[in-house]
Amino acid sequence: MPKTLNRRDFIRISSLGLGGLAAANPIFDWLSGSVMANESLQETIKRIPTYCEVCFWKCAGWAHLNDKGDIWKLTGNDDDPHCNGRLCPRGTGGVGMYYDDDRLKTPLIRTEVDGKQIFKEASWNEAFDFIAKKMKKIADEHGPECIALFSHGSGGKHFGRMLKAFGSQNITAPSYAQCRGPREVGFFATYGEGIGSPERVDIRDTDCLVLIGSHIGENMHNGQVQEMSDAIDKGSTIITVDPRFSTAASKSKHWLPIKPSTDMALLLSWIHVIINNEWYDKKYVDKYTFGLDELKEHVKSYTPEWAYGITTIKPHVIRKTAKEMANAAPSVIIHPGRHVTWYGDDTQRLRAVAILNALLGSWGRRGGFYNPEKKKVAKLNIPRFPKPQKTWRDAFPGKFKLAGLALASGICDATIPAAGRDCSFKGWIVNGTNLISTLPNQANTIEAIQNLDLMVAIDTMPMEITGYADVVLPECTYLERYDNLRISGHREPTIALRAPAAEPKYNSKSAWWMAKELSNRLGLGDYFPFEEEEEELDWQLKQVGSSLEEMKKIGVKKYNRQYDDLYPLEGLPDYEFNTNSGKIELYSTAMEDEGYDPLPKYTAHEEPPTDFYRLIYGRAPMHTFSRTANNPNLTDLMDENKVWVNPKVAKEWGLKNNQEVWLENQDGVVTSFPIKVRVTERIRWDSVYMVHGFGHTDKRMSRAYGKGASDSELITRTKVDPVMGGTGMRVNFVTFLTEAPTKGAA
Amino acid sequence: MIEQIITSGKNNAGIDPFLHVWGWEIPFYLFIGGLVAGILFFSALFTIRGKEEEFPTAVKLAPMMTPILLGLGLFSLLLDLSHKLYFWQLYTNIRWESPMSWGAWTLMIIYPLTIIWSAIWLKDVFPKWDWKFQWIDEGLEIIRHYKKALAWSLMILSIILGMYTGILLSAFNARPFWNTAILGPLFLTSGLSAGAALIMLMSKASKEKRLFARIDLMLIGTELFLIIHLFMGFLAGTNVHIEAAKLFLGGEFTISFWIFVVFGGLIFPAILEILELQKVKIPHYISAMLVLFGSLALRFIVVDAGQVSRWLY
Amino acid sequence: MRYAMAIDTKKCVGCSDCVVACQTENNVPIGYCRDWVVEATSGTYPDLSMEIRSERCNQCTNAPCVRCCPTEASHIVDGGIVVVDHDECIGCKACITSCPYDARFVHPEGYVDKCTFCIHRVEKGENPACVSVCPTKCMYFGDTDDLNSEISQLLRKRKWKTLIPEAGTEPNIYYLT
Repeated sequence: MPKTLNRRDFIRISSLGLGGLAAANPIFDWLSGSVMANESLQETIKRIPTYCEVCFWKCAGWAHLNDKGDIWKLTGNDDDPHCNGRLCPRGTGGVGMYYDDDRLKTPLIRTEVDGKQIFKEASWNEAFDFIAKKMKKIADEHGPECIALFSHGSGGKHFGRMLKAFGSQNITAPSYAQCRGPREVGFFATYGEGIGSPERVDIRDTDCLVLIGSHIGENMHNGQVQEMSDAIDKGSTIITVDPRFSTAASKSKHWLPIKPSTDMALLLSWIHVIINNEWYDKKYVDKYTFGLDELKEHVKSYTPEWAYGITTIKPHVIRKTAKEMANAAPSVIIHPGRHVTWYGDDTQRLRAVAILNALLGSWGRRGGFYNPEKKKVAKLNIPRFPKPQKTWRDAFPGKFKLAGLALASGICDATIPAAGRDCSFKGWIVNGTNLISTLPNQANTIEAIQNLDLMVAIDTMPMEITGYADVVLPECTYLERYDNLRISGHREPTIALRAPAAEPKYNSKSAWWMAKELSNRLGLGDYFPFEEEEEELDWQLKQVGSSLEEMKKIGVKKYNRQYDDLYPLEGLPDYEFNTNSGKIELYSTAMEDEGYDPLPKYTAHEEPPTDFYRLIYGRAPMHTFSRTANNPNLTDLMDENKVWVNPKVAKEWGLKNNQEVWLENQDGVVTSFPIKVRVTERIRWDSVYMVHGFGHTDKRMSRAYGKGASDSELITRTKVDPVMGGTGMRVNFVTFLTEAPTKGAA
Repeated sequence: MIEQIITSGKNNAGIDPFLHVWGWEIPFYLFIGGLVAGILFFSALFTIRGKEEEFPTAVKLAPMMTPILLGLGLFSLLLDLSHKLYFWQLYTNIRWESPMSWGAWTLMIIYPLTIIWSAIWLKDVFPKWDWKFQWIDEGLEIIRHYKKALAWSLMILSIILGMYTGILLSAFNARPFWNTAILGPLFLTSGLSAGAALIMLMSKASKEKRLFARIDLMLIGTELFLIIHLFMGFLAGTNVHIEAAKLFLGGEFTISFWIFVVFGGLIFPAILEILELQKVKIPHYISAMLVLFGSLALRFIVVDAGQVSRWLY
Repeated sequence: MRYAMAIDTKKCVGCSDCVVACQTENNVPIGYCRDWVVEATSGTYPDLSMEIRSERCNQCTNAPCVRCCPTEASHIVDGGIVVVDHDECIGCKACITSCPYDARFVHPEGYVDKCTFCIHRVEKGENPACVSVCPTKCMYFGDTDDLNSEISQLLRKRKWKTLIPEAGTEPNIYYLT
């Protein structure tokens, strides 16, 4: 029985020769061409339906098998509104996830040998026994609620079921407080509904698309990029507000190269212009909104001239773009964006976005925001989940009152014992999210982990988070398993099936199986009544008039909308909104009730000190954060990130293209690895830009280790949004070190 | 400022970031081709003028090297192929538009001829040689009667061999540095010069050495003239040609070209040869070796520079 | 029948899906690519413009690679597609040197490889893999000899350019600008 460890060392190198698994090395065969290449026909012998797990868009598609029965290629499902038959580069490159031989291959348990902490290979039984025992101990000593689940993948549904059955509802995805949380809360406070995923924006029918910092095109959310392309074909106007010349900016009629952190001023100024010139949709605003007078009074001083001084966008440009929006209204979208946790006042900024949309009358109308519908699928016949005694909210009394979902950063913080709290989290189950890269302030995350009694990491790849776990469980990729049906809300309701195209490789297993096995050991077997996931799916499908057999043939089943209300406000019928006043709240009573500003205000944010530059980060269309950094097909496209530096700045510092530099932030934290400089005009002189997800420090990932630098290491400071706890991350500043630092960061 | 990058990580081996598919094998073969052309040319020339006995090295001895040299050259060509087992496909058709095809067939014709040519003179050089087969002796006697005809065809073929290596490169108009008609004559002259140098090196007769030193001087002069015109042509051409010329006028090949090829391989040996002709005591082998080295270096640098030069877009 | 491709640079976002799809469809070994994406930015901040192009073998009508091939391994088939016969290619690399677009490469198995317009798909009436997968639908494939085809209509309606026209190769990939 392994003794309790006082401190978790980051176990970098896999030890104890995983020699038993060196047998088949298909990637080598693949590289030398013998698995798929010339001996196989370029013909699909069989295709299996699946939906992609590389990002969160979950496009449905087909896995094609060649004449050897191996996975040959992945294509999109024509009936799927998420992708319309075309997968994005990550989806197409999903084969790399399956064939990556750096994958986790066997369960691992942390032990100490000769004073050194290493992972020893374990059997599934050993691993489950270990976990179950610890979970019961935590439940006895502190309560089951002290175990939390962090998930950012389909597996979370299964572990979530197990954890809820166990007695904890503390389930979180970093996508809330680290990503899109503020927009859900901002829009909910205004319209009584959130944005959801896929976003309910009618881009393909819009006449004017306004992107505030959103970099669709580099952010490769498939449906959005496809619809933006449709909009370009139509001749729609695109207005991009971004300090960087993004791909979207290059396709925009107007690119507003805004000074970073001042977007709120621009939005308020637009609202001012639209109200004062009476360019808003009078009938719509009269009928549906509440608080116009208060709003008008509130924005009185936010003139374009005022905004010019703050944003550096010229007043006539502000007026012109406002007019463009108004001309296009109601077929206009001020896009809420996706990752919006920037400066700490993000909920308010999204409130301004919501208000602007309301003034233009785009919510609920064609070319604006449509009303998605989801297919109702019967719930499983399982016992009710026990009611937990406490939730994560109890760790933050009086704070983040409007947060709708659990905060990943909050749970992380609440794992560190603190004076005012009588208990903290003792156990983490982490599935499909590399918290080291995901959560800001790495040191904080690592400190939190040291306070845990149990840390379980379930992943397909040896991501950094697995190096801190007590138990590592190898999950098979999405191409090797069934999963819950994808029930997504869109213009038409659809369900999609994920079926395995290959047997799980090595000793990996599906999350459903793991959750079921654990549940059995915890005495919660009733929550997984079926023996195989296939049976569970077949049962569910039969409830909606389909079957596993049918779904295996078609992959995606479309249903007709139950209600003909795709654009519920078209024609301005009577409508009651899910808000306190029953109307669209330009003036938010919900915010007011909880003590927050009912109307968004402008706050100036800190600017970079001399010789420092604001760190802006983003996505590349060929990668999904750190998840794909080791995928051989995708590293072929991009195997490292570069830091974008304006030529003026490069000249000042004497930096040349492709020169390696280390980045140091305002707190003195330096990146573990150097990063190459890209001297480009596309970035403003007060900022630097890099793509998120590189700079991996785990040697087990042969293609990702040491490539580029990690922006997550530099995000040590956050501005927390008081309304819902979102962690604003664009408040870090960096400077350049042209020589290797004498004391490394890792 | 124009910033052009490949965002999808193109890194095909030997293609990116700069073309480098031909290593040492091709320049080595081009050098051999030029050298052999030079040797055969002079051998044939002096045979036609009936001067076999006056210049025995040029006519009889030097050509003995040619089958071996050509063999080495062809072997290095085989090494260059990336799909070696299929090399025989070269001889299943003649492609009139492909200089590579001409080269393959020209060599097919020249190689046997060099063997025959060497065989004819073998007994002159090694009197004790015995063919061991009667029919070889008789066959060679018959061929010896047609010496002059053979010499004429050899002379023409050697000029083709010497020129075609340059024309081969100039046919690739995707490489601006090679895209000039001067390359053919330049390589021919360089080859003849190398041949003359080798003959100078191998010869024991001072009259032969002096003649070939004078011939070599003329060839060096011609070569320098051609090189100057090469660059003048480029600099008067389009953008891509000017960029190609710049590789040698401040770019990465500047030092190697002007020092190894022009000064070390042409001007310095020319000075040495002039001094030798003025009866200053300088061993002939120094200038000969320099000329040979310069000829080899020329091929290496031209092949490398041509791959680096590209159309700008 | 003259197959050609038209790529709308207004819509291309440089996602490189075309590169991955080609790789999986044609079993291109890791480390090699038959097509690639170029991003060209011009101007000074904030007066900038950017063009993104997906490039590949241009299947030139006047192909220098076909002309210089000594064994006829590189040849043009019906429809104007330039293909390489693996069993005739000796790997002399003359074609690689003669291509102004750097479109060819030496396959690890020894022969020279490049984009084939997915001829195995075209023969079945499907589009090349890159055209089929492109999420922005900015790629068009068709017969320019057919005046009613989508591509012919596009080339009449829109402004377009080809790459290095001065090289005289008569490329058949048109970039709609």
